[in-house]
Amino acid sequence: MLSLSRNEKIFLGVVYVLLLGVTLAFLLPFIIVLSTSFISEAEFARRGGYVLFPEGIDFTAYDILFRRSRVILNAYGVTTFRVVVGTLFNLAFTVTMAYVLAQKNLPGRIPLTIFVFITMIFSGGLIPRFLLVDYLGLRNTLWSMIIPVLVNAWYMLIMRNFFMSLPEELSEAAIVDGATAPVILLRIVLPLSLPVIATIGLFYAVHHWNAWFDAAIYIDRSEMQPLQIILRGLLRSATLEGMEEISFMEKPPPAASLRSALIIVSTVPVLFIYPFIQRYFVKGIMIGGVKG
Amino acid sequence: MSQSSRTLPLQRPGESRWSHARKQFIKWRFYYLLITPALLYFLVFHYIPMAGILIAFKDISPFGGLQGVIDGPWVGFKHFTRFFNSFFFWNVMQNTLEISVLKIVFGFPAPIIFALMLNEVTRTAVKRVVQTISYLPHFISWVVVTGLITALLASNSGLLTGLLNSLTGESWSFLTNPDHFRGILVSSHVWKTVGWSSIIYLAAIAGIDPHLYEAAAIDGASRLQMARHITLPGISFVIVILFIFEVGHILEAGFEQILLLYSPAVYGVSDILDTYVYREGLIRLQYSFAAAVGLFKAIVSLILIIGANSLARRLGQPGIW
Repeated sequence: MLSLSRNEKIFLGVVYVLLLGVTLAFLLPFIIVLSTSFISEAEFARRGGYVLFPEGIDFTAYDILFRRSRVILNAYGVTTFRVVVGTLFNLAFTVTMAYVLAQKNLPGRIPLTIFVFITMIFSGGLIPRFLLVDYLGLRNTLWSMIIPVLVNAWYMLIMRNFFMSLPEELSEAAIVDGATAPVILLRIVLPLSLPVIATIGLFYAVHHWNAWFDAAIYIDRSEMQPLQIILRGLLRSATLEGMEEISFMEKPPPAASLRSALIIVSTVPVLFIYPFIQRYFVKGIMIGGVKG
Repeated sequence: MSQSSRTLPLQRPGESRWSHARKQFIKWRFYYLLITPALLYFLVFHYIPMAGILIAFKDISPFGGLQGVIDGPWVGFKHFTRFFNSFFFWNVMQNTLEISVLKIVFGFPAPIIFALMLNEVTRTAVKRVVQTISYLPHFISWVVVTGLITALLASNSGLLTGLLNSLTGESWSFLTNPDHFRGILVSSHVWKTVGWSSIIYLAAIAGIDPHLYEAAAIDGASRLQMARHITLPGISFVIVILFIFEVGHILEAGFEQILLLYSPAVYGVSDILDTYVYREGLIRLQYSFAAAVGLFKAIVSLILIIGANSLARRLGQPGIW
């Protein structure tokens, strides 16, 4: 490494300071809600709002969310269902479609690919989609959050490109050994593709964890609402639906700390998982950036 | 991944077209079977709604179910003329385009600058930590971001609002103030996307030939000069392509974000095509009218994305098709 001149040092210093500022800007909002989730009614009244550091630690907000109310645990259940079942369905449909469209000699491969591609650049829009889900009788079912988003065309094409990049000799050798198409898919292609399948699966899972708009328009019944919808409801009004018990409490927690606690509990799983899986995501983006 | 080595896919002389197709079908039957569920999905959930845009040319009753759609009278371009002649057309178009342009002006250069800054960081550990933290906003939902914005900017209890109130002695409000609302939209958009979008630029930077930097160092170039004359030109092709496609998506001004954050007080500066379709269609139950507005948006978007793609190809870059 060359020794740095004075100007270079100033330049680097400025870069580091700016990056520190940006990093703080990413973290501070989370620190504020974490701190506020721990403040009591008395502290809230004294300090007047959200805080950067709590003076005391009070778990009333979490106590309400997890012990006194069934709403949150139920919503956790709904969200977990849509993440687990939704992602499994996504992967089953995406992998099979990508595998078939990766067969270079399949008659009709090009028209079928175009059939999928068209949906990426033109859509009927919100209203026809909503009416379709309604007429199919999917409204107010958990499936309304899973079936209308079974295959993401973009992810499917990423996966297809990956399958096409696998060496053909592998499956040809298996054919010589008498392997049938299902065996090739299960024994050869899938084991070789675990990284890309994991990546796409994680994309789908994060989508399911964060999605709220489909639940907002397809589901009216409160016991089927995912976590994000409960959070949205609490952000809009100070009272949590189905949490009337708060009003009977002697010292109910402030709305700000309830909201903060709910933000924390609906973010924590993602916060803990994403740093470990980000390299797969990054890889996924790069695969997607390469046209095949 | 092919079976071509076993049988030639060519039609043999004397073989009828039909029997050739049948043989091909039998040979590939497992694959056709495997893809059928996914094809059905695309047919039902993508192509039927495309056909469903016909309701934009009808008057359908919101309570008649499927029969109401079939029985609804054809009205031609009535809903389109109503939309184009209404006050809302100009308001909604202006909001959509202005918010999109603001987001491009601030949100497009941000990840490039961020990537260039990260590239100057020589300590791998520091770089990795900053990168990981910068991806965080990408993984959280807009609902959570709305909660974070509330924590900072809520009228009475927000941390920043409280700070400003006590400093200036005035009572500040942001989320219901038309003067500030777009600033909130743009800054939260930049906050949420900058880290994740920088990935593609960092990858492009990593692909630049290191010899260029060595040669420049011998010539006495400073780090800032290297960034300006080597790194930036080195990633210029990525910048151009991403910019073209950003402009191609100009009608996507941020539906979920705006729907969660806006309120009647700021409709005038924030009601975009998507939120308008949502309110007219799913709140006021004017299905046909809302479908017409949606169709208008879909067609303009299609033209823009085809234009973006052909422009990218004309510049010698692979488009998306």
